Formats: sequence, structure tokens, C-alpha cells
Amino acid sequence: MLGVAAIRRPRTPSGWIVPGLLAACCVFLLVGSLSSSLFAQQTVSGLANGGIYASLGVALVLIYRATQVINFSQGALATFTTYVAWQLMSWGLGYWPAFVLTLGIAFVGGIAVELVAIRPVERRGNVLTVVIASIGVLILVEGAVGWIWGSEVKFMPSAFPARAIHVGGVAFSLQDLGTIGVSIAAVVVLWALFQFTKVGLAMRAAALRPEAARLVGVRVSWMLSLGWGLAAVLGAVAGMMAAASPSVLLQPSMMDGVLIYAFAAAVLGGLESAAGAVVGGLAIGALLNLLGSYVSWVTPQLLLPAAFVLMLVVLLVKPSGLFGRTQVRRV
Amino acid sequence: MPPLLALRDVEARYGPLRALHGVTLEVEEGEIVALLGANGAGKTTTLRAVSGTVRRGGRVELAGRPLAREGPETVARLGVAHVPEGRGTFSELTVWENLRLGAITRRGRLDGDLRRVLGFFPWLDGRRNQQAGTLSGGEQQMLALARAMMQRPRLLLVDEPSLGLAPLVVAEIFRIIRELNEREGTTVLLVEQNARHSLAVAHRAYVLETGRVAFGAPTEELARNESIRKSYLGY
Amino acid sequence: MRARLAWQLAVIAGVAVAIALLPFGLSDYHRSQGADVAVYVMAILGLNIVTGYTGQISIGHGAFMALGGYTTAILTHDHGWNDLATLPVALAVGFGAGVVVGVPALRFHGAYLALVTFAVALAVPQLAKNYSHFTGGTEGLALPTHTGLWLYGVGWAAAVILYVLTWLLLRGRTGRAFRAVRDSEIAAASAGVNLAVHKTLAFGISAAFAAVAGSVYVLVNNFVNPDVFGLQLSLYVLIGAVVAGLGSLWGILAGAAFVQLLPIGLTSSHAVSSQAVPVIFGAIVVLVMALIPRGSAEVLRAALGLPIRIRSGHHSSTPHSLEAR
Repeated sequence: MLGVAAIRRPRTPSGWIVPGLLAACCVFLLVGSLSSSLFAQQTVSGLANGGIYASLGVALVLIYRATQVINFSQGALATFTTYVAWQLMSWGLGYWPAFVLTLGIAFVGGIAVELVAIRPVERRGNVLTVVIASIGVLILVEGAVGWIWGSEVKFMPSAFPARAIHVGGVAFSLQDLGTIGVSIAAVVVLWALFQFTKVGLAMRAAALRPEAARLVGVRVSWMLSLGWGLAAVLGAVAGMMAAASPSVLLQPSMMDGVLIYAFAAAVLGGLESAAGAVVGGLAIGALLNLLGSYVSWVTPQLLLPAAFVLMLVVLLVKPSGLFGRTQVRRV
Repeated sequence: MPPLLALRDVEARYGPLRALHGVTLEVEEGEIVALLGANGAGKTTTLRAVSGTVRRGGRVELAGRPLAREGPETVARLGVAHVPEGRGTFSELTVWENLRLGAITRRGRLDGDLRRVLGFFPWLDGRRNQQAGTLSGGEQQMLALARAMMQRPRLLLVDEPSLGLAPLVVAEIFRIIRELNEREGTTVLLVEQNARHSLAVAHRAYVLETGRVAFGAPTEELARNESIRKSYLGY
Repeated sequence: MRARLAWQLAVIAGVAVAIALLPFGLSDYHRSQGADVAVYVMAILGLNIVTGYTGQISIGHGAFMALGGYTTAILTHDHGWNDLATLPVALAVGFGAGVVVGVPALRFHGAYLALVTFAVALAVPQLAKNYSHFTGGTEGLALPTHTGLWLYGVGWAAAVILYVLTWLLLRGRTGRAFRAVRDSEIAAASAGVNLAVHKTLAFGISAAFAAVAGSVYVLVNNFVNPDVFGLQLSLYVLIGAVVAGLGSLWGILAGAAFVQLLPIGLTSSHAVSSQAVPVIFGAIVVLVMALIPRGSAEVLRAALGLPIRIRSGHHSSTPHSLEAR
């Protein structure tokens, strides 16, 4: 019949830089962990932070892929749902029931925000007015948290007992390992949803080519709302894990900094690749933590500017992200 | 019995530009009707008006039921499959996913539909996991038709299927369209620049001129009428 | 035409007189609040130039205000300068910083630029906290106090000067060039407008204004520390600009008054607790975007002017009419 002449853009020598860098990173982390238990511990707790950045980063990618909107309120929404979880627990609900219920509330909440605040703006304006609207939502939601619950720091219980487990003679915090596990599980479940279910396929189609999706009967605007709902669920996971970690306190501005790290992670993935955001998040988490422990002049306050510089460099040098999509071209 | 599709004085505009000035036509169930005319005559816009992709005025009726300014999603769910200009395939998704999307609004298993579709396009079977964008132009066009078939449409709208394709492929595609119509009884409204091919498969044809129907007639009549052929159809 | 111009001049004169006379009817405390309104006027004026007139969105103007504020604070506190003399220095420093930022900003458009400037707004306070031997760290630096009247006078004098400068600038060739850049970069470039120069210039000017605003802000509060110039300040300047209506000089006064006075008005009348203010502000931003985006959208869509799918920050704006909407 007709020959298929398909060309995937060949991997040029420079195309190996990124996978090479990644491999080098992994080797570095592995070797370091094997030679020093402090290194191993810092790597693991860095990866735990990274898991949080990855979850929030994937949430950002979800919304960006579907609508080209950078959702500045993602962190604030995560904070709000985390407070909801706290409230449920303070009313006596057990951790995991509260966790699950919060995910459900986050899902509904995300859809509600899209319907009430984003949809009306989208109808009238363009992407940038929606971005500003998302900033409005950020201000509103963070303000609402302070209004409802006050701005004093609260204590968030964790799912994982504050024990350490010993692997190969090194003590690792169960909290850290649990965070990594939960974050990865959340992202994997979401991935499975997109790959294997009808709804997932419809959502992917709606994000890729909304007009063509409409022609097969996909209700594109519902898919967008669903996307916001799912993003909010991921944000809730990130928020609950963050609040339980020792380095983050439960307060209204809790996720402001995390949002920047999540942006950096998403940018590493080119804002369109969830896998890129995951790898980016984990890498940022691990490397920043190691940087902070081993390099003396890197104080905790410098970490955020460091992430910013990283994000800036990626955006200037390779805006399609470290994992820019391979193009498919026909001859 | 009302015609499957009826357009009465349909208007459409792109911003300030009026594309359709009052199109009236009918498509009976089981027919293949061709829409012919020069570039810019409004053929594509007419299909878009039917599928709801463009905002329109006037009446569009599907089997007697008027379609009220519905969006394309609703019209698609009513049994109208639109294969647009440029095919509308999802290049980033696999062949299999493209086909699944055709049936996305229906419940139940897809086996039966799939078998039917593979009956027309057996070569698709081996390419399930191939990215749709890596298919050749002709193959993508056929994938688009296959996907439309998965929708089990009452009415199939096809826009410029021969665009950019080699003559052999074009012949194949038109053969398949006719087969679809004969074997499955699918009603087809076809827009095509290439008058010769369209008249070969269609039962009736309308000629559009600057957003209006100039005239419509059964294809044998059109083919016989030399002056019409020369002035409107170019051959 | 003549009548309209006369009417406009009359309104301006009226407003100017009102502003000049107002402090004499107010308490010292309220006068310093009036000075705060002047601060917002200058900051919003600056933001308007870069976002409203050349279409480059910036959510990080708090950082430029911090620059000006710390310049004033350090010069007065550590080097004994006269406060007023620091204002031109802040202007210059701000301009320099704006140009330095404006050059890489050329590579980003729309939402990406918003993202980068948002990160700057968060990163700068962290840097200020870190290099505490310059900045006094979290305890901050204290500054000499002044009477409310003095602050009001200085603040509004600066604001009026900057306002007039802006008006003159926008009337001339530069202003036309700015507007051309906002409306369509492609058209502007083909008409011979040097995009890079004008966009960077806009950033420089806008940062200079924000720096002066920051200086006055620090004088009003007679104190500075990193949290003063946090994210909230950048966001509030943005709110003021949005409410004011980007791309027009008229609403700026209203926007500044709105951002500064509404919270105070609401809380002192005990209508609403102070915690609820951000909620109201956020809701207003969303409402403005949903209901009156045209004023801002006209400008903001040119700020983005992106093709529907953007995969890199490299694209130049496409005119609105070419977008497939």
C-alpha cells in the first residue's frame, strides 16, 4: 500500500546531553549515598521534598497543558485543602479517612473554582486575563484561610509515625519515605487514569485538540473542569505531605515557596510534560537539600533564589524543558 | 418522511465576513450528496454550520428535528460525524486511541464496531500502536473516516478528502465512501473541489456560489449538461 | 475637541487642588496614609507603563520598590544622607535594575514573564534576609521620622512629578512607540520601532518609578525590613493597576486609593474583619477580569498575543486578528 515514511527527529549528539546529565545525577546520588550515611539521609529527605514539588508541579502541568494557563493559585488551593484536612482531624476523624475525604473535597473544590472564577473570565478574555484571575483566586483563597482559621501556626499530624527505619545500617525517616511513596503513588494513579480510562482519553483529546475533540462528542469544557478538579487533588496531596514535614509549618502562606519550586519542576519538564515535572521535582528537591547541607554559604534563605535561578536558566536556554517532546515528522 | 438533513436559509459569518447568505438544501437518508463550487463559495462553512462548529442563523433540521444553535459536541452525539478539512486526527495519539475516541460517547464494548471498521480498513489492525501523526496523508484520511465510522453516524460530513493526496489514494478513498454508503447505508454530505470524483460517487449535487446554492440536480443530469459542467465544474 | 480638552484640564486642576488642600483637613495619621496613597500611585504608574503601555506583565514590582526602599534606608541609616537626596539616587538605581531585568525579559512573553516576575517577588525578600549585614536582616533598619504633612508633601510632589513626566513621555514619539508595541509587535517592528530598546526602556522607567515609590514608602513607615516588600505588596500593586484599568492614566488615582484605603475603611468601620480584606480584594480582581476585561484585555491580550499553543518563550506576539478565536 502506501509506504509510511515517518521520521523521528534523530538524536543529535547534543540530544544526549540531557539524558546524560540525568544519568550522571543518578550515579552521583547513588555513589554519594553508598559512601556516606549523611549523604544518603539528606538525599532521601531531599527526595521527600521533591515528591511534594513533583505533585504540585504535575498539577500545574495538567492545567497548563489543557488551557495554556499558568495557575498561580495552585499552591493556595493546596493550602486550603490541607487546612480542611486539619479541621477534619481536629473534629476527630482518623488520618486516612480525613485524607481521602479531603481529596474528594479538593476535587469538587477545584471544579468549583474553575466554574466560578475561571470559566467566566476565559469566556471574555484571553490567557493573560485568566492568569490574573488566578492571581485573584490566590489572594482570595489565602485570605480565606487566614479568615477562617487564623494565621497562627498549627500542628498537622502525619500519617507516618515519627520513627526511623534502618536500611543498610542507615537510619531513614519513615515520614520521608512515606512522603515519597504517597507522592509517587498519586502521580502514578493519575497517569493510569489518563492512559487507560475513557475519561482520561477524552481529557487528553480535549487538551490536545479541543476542536477535533468536540467533533467526536467530547464535552471539552467539562474536561477542563475535570482537569482543575484533578489538579486540586494533586495539590491536596502535596499540601498534606508538606504540612506534615518538619520543614514546613501549617500557616496560610505555607505553599508560597513550594509553588516556586513546583514551577521550577514544571519548567524543567517544559510545562507540558508530567514526567518531566516529576523528575524535575525530585531532582530539585534532592539537589537543593544536598546543596544546603554540604555547601556552607548556602543558607536556607538562598534556596528559593537558587531555584529561581535554575528556572530562569532553563527558560532562557531550553524553554521546551529538559524533556522537550520528540517531534514526529512525516516525509 | 422528512429528509435526514435539511438546511433552510442558513447564514454564517466569520467575524464581519459573511460566508453563507442563505443556503437551502436537503439530503435524503441513504444518499450521497456532493457540495461543489469554487474556493470561497462556502462549502466548508456549510458543513461547519451543520456540525455546529460555526455560529449560524437559519434552520438546520436533522430528521425533522431542528438543531438549535447546538455546539459540535451535541450535534456529534445526535449522530453526525464530521471529518473536517485537515482530517481532525489526533496526531499525538495512537491509531487505536483515535478509533476509541470515535466511540467515546457510547457505552458498551467496541468489538463489533471495531470489526466493522477493520472490515473496511484491514491494514489498521497492524498499526494499532502507531502514532497517528506518523501515518501518510492518505492513511490519516482513512483513519479519520474510520474514526467517523466508529461514531455509528446517521450522517457523515466529509470535507475535502482528496486534499493533498495522490490520485491513486484519492480513488481509493472515494471507493470506500461509496462502499460505506452501499454496505452500511450511511448518508454522506461531501464537499470536494474535485468535481469529477464527487460526481462519480454522489447521487445528487449542489453547486454553491458566493454563499448561496446556485442549483442542485441529480449527478447524471449535471454530468450530461455540458455548459453547466464547463462553467461551474471546470471540465 | 477643544471643549473636551478644556474639560479634562478642568478636572485635572480640580483634582490637583483637592489633593493640595486635603491634608489641612486631616489628622497627622491620616496625612501619612495619604502619603501611602501617593506611594501606590507611583508604583501603579510604573506598572502601568510596562504592562499597560508595552504589554509586558510584571508581578514583581515589589522587588523594585524594595531596591529603592533599601537604597534610601542604607544611604540615610549607614551613610547619613539627607532623605530627599536619596530619591533621585533611588530613581537611577531603579532604572538601572529595570534595564538589567528588561533585557532577559525580552525573551519571555505573557504568562512566562508573569511566572518569572512572580518568582522574583518571592526571591528578593529571601535575598534581603540573607545578606543581612547590608540590609539589617529581619530586624530591619530604622529611619528618622517626619511629620505627616512632610510625608504627604514629599509623596505627592514626587507622584505629581512622575505623573507629569509620564504624560509628557506618552504623548511623544516614545509613547506612540510603546502603544504600537502593545498593540502589535509585528506591526510595530515593521514600522521601524526598535522593539528591544523600547521594551527595555519601558522596564527601566517603570522600575525607576517603583523604586521612588519604595523610597517614599520606607520614609512613611520610617522602617524597613524584608517582609515589608513581600509578595503581598507586588500583588496589591497589581490589583491597583487592574482596578485602575491598564493602559490609561486616568484610573490610577482610583486604583491607588482603592488598594490603600479600602482595607482601612472596611476594618475601621468594623464592617469586616481585617482578615477578610484579601478575600474581598481577590474577589474583586476576579470580577474585574470577568466583567470588564475589555479595558485590561485590550492591553493584556496584546501582552500575550501568543499563538494558541506556545511551546517556548521565543515567539513574538501575533496580532489579535490572526489568532484563531
